[in-house]
Order: sequence, then C-alpha cells, then structure tokens
Amino acid sequence: MTSKPTEEKTYLFDKPKNVKRVFIFFYSALVVLLIAEFFVHKHPHFPWEAWWGFYAVYGFVACVLLVLAAKYILRPLVKRPEDYYD
Amino acid sequence: MISPIPPAFVFIIGALVISFLRGNLRRGVMLLLPVLAFIDLLQLPAGNSWVVSFLGQELVLSRIDRLSLIFGYIFILIGLITTIYALHVEDTLQNMAGLMYTGSALGVVFAGDLFTFFIFWELLTVFCVQLIWGRRTKKAEGAGFRYLLFHVVGGLVLLAGIVLRVNHTGSLAFSLIGLDGGPGSLLIFLGMGINCAWPFLHTWLSDSYPEATITGTIFLSAFTTKAAVYALARAFPGATPLIWLGAIMAGFPIFFAVIENDLRRVLAYSLINQVGFMVCGIGIGTQLAINGAVAHAFNDILFKGLLFMTMGAVMYRTGKINATDLGGLYRTMPLTCLFCIVGAASISAFPLFSGFVSKSMVMDAAGSEHLRLIWFILLFASAGVFHHAGIKIPYFAFFSHDSGLRPKEAPLHMLIAMGLAAFLCIFNGSFPHFLYSLLPYQPVGYEPYNFPHVLAQTQILFFSALAFALLLLSGIYPAEIRCINLDADWFYRKGGRLFYRLADVCFNTLNRVCDQWLAKGLTGGINQFCRHAPARISAWLLLPFYRLVAPGGADASRRFGKAIQDAFDNGVIPIGLSAAISGLFLLVLFYLK
Repeated sequence: MTSKPTEEKTYLFDKPKNVKRVFIFFYSALVVLLIAEFFVHKHPHFPWEAWWGFYAVYGFVACVLLVLAAKYILRPLVKRPEDYYD
Repeated sequence: MISPIPPAFVFIIGALVISFLRGNLRRGVMLLLPVLAFIDLLQLPAGNSWVVSFLGQELVLSRIDRLSLIFGYIFILIGLITTIYALHVEDTLQNMAGLMYTGSALGVVFAGDLFTFFIFWELLTVFCVQLIWGRRTKKAEGAGFRYLLFHVVGGLVLLAGIVLRVNHTGSLAFSLIGLDGGPGSLLIFLGMGINCAWPFLHTWLSDSYPEATITGTIFLSAFTTKAAVYALARAFPGATPLIWLGAIMAGFPIFFAVIENDLRRVLAYSLINQVGFMVCGIGIGTQLAINGAVAHAFNDILFKGLLFMTMGAVMYRTGKINATDLGGLYRTMPLTCLFCIVGAASISAFPLFSGFVSKSMVMDAAGSEHLRLIWFILLFASAGVFHHAGIKIPYFAFFSHDSGLRPKEAPLHMLIAMGLAAFLCIFNGSFPHFLYSLLPYQPVGYEPYNFPHVLAQTQILFFSALAFALLLLSGIYPAEIRCINLDADWFYRKGGRLFYRLADVCFNTLNRVCDQWLAKGLTGGINQFCRHAPARISAWLLLPFYRLVAPGGADASRRFGKAIQDAFDNGVIPIGLSAAISGLFLLVLFYLK
C-alpha cells in the first residue's frame, strides 16, 4: 500500500509488515464470511438470495464490471484535458 | 415567554443581526442561532400556525407534522455542525449566506402552502449561489452562473406549475399533489426534479459543488437536494416514474465517480447516487419505503456532510483536492483520516454505521414489492458506492502513494464538527430506534439487525473491497489522471458557445452588410447626391451658354464647373447666376409640362 519512507520518522504503514497484517486480516475475514453463510437461516424476497455466496459473487462481479466499464468505455468517451472548457 | 416563530426566521433575522457584529461576538451568535431555532421549533404547536391572509389566500408559514419535523431537526443539526466547522471563516458574505440558506431550507420544509414554499425554494438558490461565488475564482464564478441559470429555469417551471394548479383547483395548499392533476402537477413534478438532480438535470450539482468554498460545500450538500426530497415525499409519494428515476440516479453516477480525479466531485457524484435511493423509495411509496427514504435523507446529510468536511479539511491544509496530488496524509492527519473512514463506512452501509439502517429499508421495500430489476440496480449501486466513496475517497487522500505532503492536523473547530457528525453516524447506525422513532409512519416495524442481513451486507462490501484490492494490485484499476470528464453539461456549456458563435456569425454579418450597403452606401449616396446635385444641375444647364460666350475647350469648361461648385459650397452665388438658373429651371418645367 504505502512505501517510500522519505522522512526520518516512520509511520504505521511504512513498515511492510503492517501492510501484510492488514491483508492477512482482510483475506481471513473473507473466508470467515463465506463459512458463516452455512450457519444462516435465510428468509429471502427472491430465490437467488438463498444461493450460497450470492452476495459475495455479486459484490465482486459488480465492482469488476464497474471498473472495467468506467475505464474502457466511459473514460475514452468523456476524458478531456483540464483546460477543455477554458 | 415570547411566542415561537417559524424557525426559518430565527436564521434569517439572525443572519441580519450578525452582519453588524464582528469577531468572537459574531461567532457566538452564529453558534447560538441553531440552538435557538431548535428550542423555538420545540415550542411550535403541531399542525398549522402562523396563518397569514394574502391576496385572498391563506399562507401557512408553519406546518408541523412528522414529515416536516424530522427534516427540520436534521436541517438545524447540520446547520449547527457546519457553523462549528466554518468558525474560522470571517467573510460576512459567506457567514450570512450560510445562515440564510439554512433558514430558507427550513422555510421550504415548514411551508404549508405553495406560495410560501415557492418563495423559500427560490431563496435556496439565491443564497446557495453566494456560497459558490464566495470562493472568488473564475471557475467558481462560471459554475455559479450556470447554477443560477439552471435553477432559475427550474423555479420558473415550478412557478408555472403552481399557477396552473392554483388556477385549476383554487387552492394554494401544499399537500399530496400526485401526477394525475394535469399539466400543472407535471410541471411542479419537473420543477422539484431539477432541484433533486434527476438524470440529465443533475449537472448543476456535479458542476458547482466542487467549485464552492470549502465550508460552503457542506451547506450545499445538505440542503437543496434534501429539501427537494422532502418536497417529493410530501407531494408525490408513490409516483411510479420516481422508481426508475431513482434507480438510474443511484446507478449512473458511480461510473463517473470511478474515473473522476477531483475528490469533491467524486463526492458530488455519490451524493446523486444516494439521493437516487431516496427518490426510488418515494416512488415505491409504501410506508416502509417512505420511512426508508426519509431516514436515508437524515443519515445522508450527516455522512455526506462528514465526508465533505474531511475533504474540506484536507483542502484547507494542503490547498489540493485532486487525487493525483494527494496521498499518504494519514501520517499527519490521523483524526481527519479516522473521521473520513467513519463517513465512508456510513455511506457504504457497513453494519453499525448509519447507512446500514436506512438504505436497507429502501432495498427491503423494493424486495417486498418484487421490483426485481430495480432491486438489482440498487444492489449494484450499493456495491458501487462502497467502491468509489467508501474506498476511493479515504484511500487516495490518506493512503495510496506518499505525496510527500505533511500537513498539520485539521484545526480544532473542524475536528469538533467532524467528530460530532462521526459520532451521530455511529449512533444512528448502532441505535437505530432513536432515528426510527422520528420517522413519519409509526410504528416503523423494521429490524435491520438480523444475522442473514448483516452477513449479506458484509459479504457484498468485503468482496467489493477484494475486487478493488485485486484490480489495484494488478494495475487494471484506472490510474488517476489529470483531466476532466464530460457530463451532460457538455450540451449547454459547449452548446452555449456554439449558440454564441452562431449568433455572432449571423447577426454580426447581417450588421456588417447593413452597415456597408444601407448605412454607408445608400445613405451616403443620397447625401452625396443632395450635396452636389444643385451645383451639377446648374453647371449642366449653364455650360452650353457659357460655351457660347466664352469658348475655351474642355479645360475652361472644367474650371467653370469648379467655380459653380465652389460657389454653391461656400454659399456665394452671384445674383445673376441665381436668376439665370431659376429662369432656366422654369423654362425646363414649362416644357416638361
């Protein structure tokens, strides 16, 4: 995440160890969330809400599609230099 | 005991008073005003009061019911928080405009008739523009003018609607209007929609909010759109077009937010996205949906205000707001960073944060009505808002690459304001029943905290975060670039210039042609003719006689012509010559007869 300790003082994420800890916590949280779903009794509005991992997959896919669409479709269409309207 | 007045006037009178005060006295009074307004609001009786007769109609300046009351509370609360945040600003224009703007928003909310409503609605625009122009840059000036033009048009549409409706029904009452009341109600609907930033009518928001002053933007983010949400909830609950309008509003801005470099503009887009949830809820129109829309408006004012405040603090300390210029600020602004994360968690609807308890009401209402596609869009928007407002804002400002900037922590008054907003975000998220007890429809009968719901929401957020992390690590995530992104305002910003150029070419060419042919050519010709005609005609008539008496060739003839011309020019015509010309002239007339 952060690097380049340009100053004599080092801060929290200047140490790669701390960044690694954050990622370990994050990945284990993902696993826990998926396992926890086995122990949930759901009462959904729609049938697909009951599928295992539906929300996890939807969240992941939605964000990937969002970024790809924004980067490869929208940006080429609308990007202009900063002084475009001046 | 003084009898309570409509709370709008506490702010408006207060704004006039502070213009005579300076320094700490002014600050003290500004802080006191929201407190006074709140006490005043508690004293006002439920139902209509302050009913004034005007041109045979009854104006209701204070209509207190559950719907207006909750908006009144939150407007006064954010007025207080923003005033604390802006304590360092010693600019009479901004100080007064902020208070007047708050007062106008309260006026809109407590107006019981369409006339009062319209007046305060227009005042919103007037004072909002002052907070944009207060930045005193060329860009802010342009954005302010565009804002003004947009809202003046919106105001006229609304006024036309009100006039038609009053003419049709004979009543000024501001209550349920509905879409089946003919063109009048449709125009009112559209007029409110412009302030609500509907798709394609949203450009005033993403254009002007990032250009306003640091503290002005906090006011802006709270009032205009939420007053419009209130108006729609009052006049058009259950209007089906709102479902789709809201869903589109929730969906499209997140694409723009992902590629936007100016972090305050990212927040402006996510503001549209959040208002989309409210508009959609109003469109669904069930009690749960309306409660959800109102609760979300309440929470959004707090967490969006908080996010704008943290970005404002960054801007105040560094003078920069583009993601390309920022990064790594957590080192020296840890509290601002923490408050930003609280705001980000709230807008992303993390469990225990405020967005969770209100956004899910709208989602649940869409599910209960089996609006499949709408539900999918809203879910997509929920994941997307986490992506851009929840991760992008804190990450690019406070983490990411080290920009080398080591600004001081935000000043104390800003920290207090942000801390207050952050506390309320967590309080509303963790103890939702206090907020629920203020909602218009009682009992609320909604319980956000059950295991499947918490798990589902946490999953969607964590896996969105996973997508962000993987895209960033793999280098696919779009790099922040110094650029602007076109939006629908291109049509009038460039279209306006095209119109200007077209008008320039058409009218200036016409002008030039007329000048050349008519003004210079024709008039000049007539002028020349009138000036020289007497001499020429005289010379022409007299020349044959002159030749008879004094033959001397062409040269002499020319000299004779010049002599006559000089005589006419100088007005010294010999009497004999005049007599000769007159005689000849009469002769010509005689024969021509």
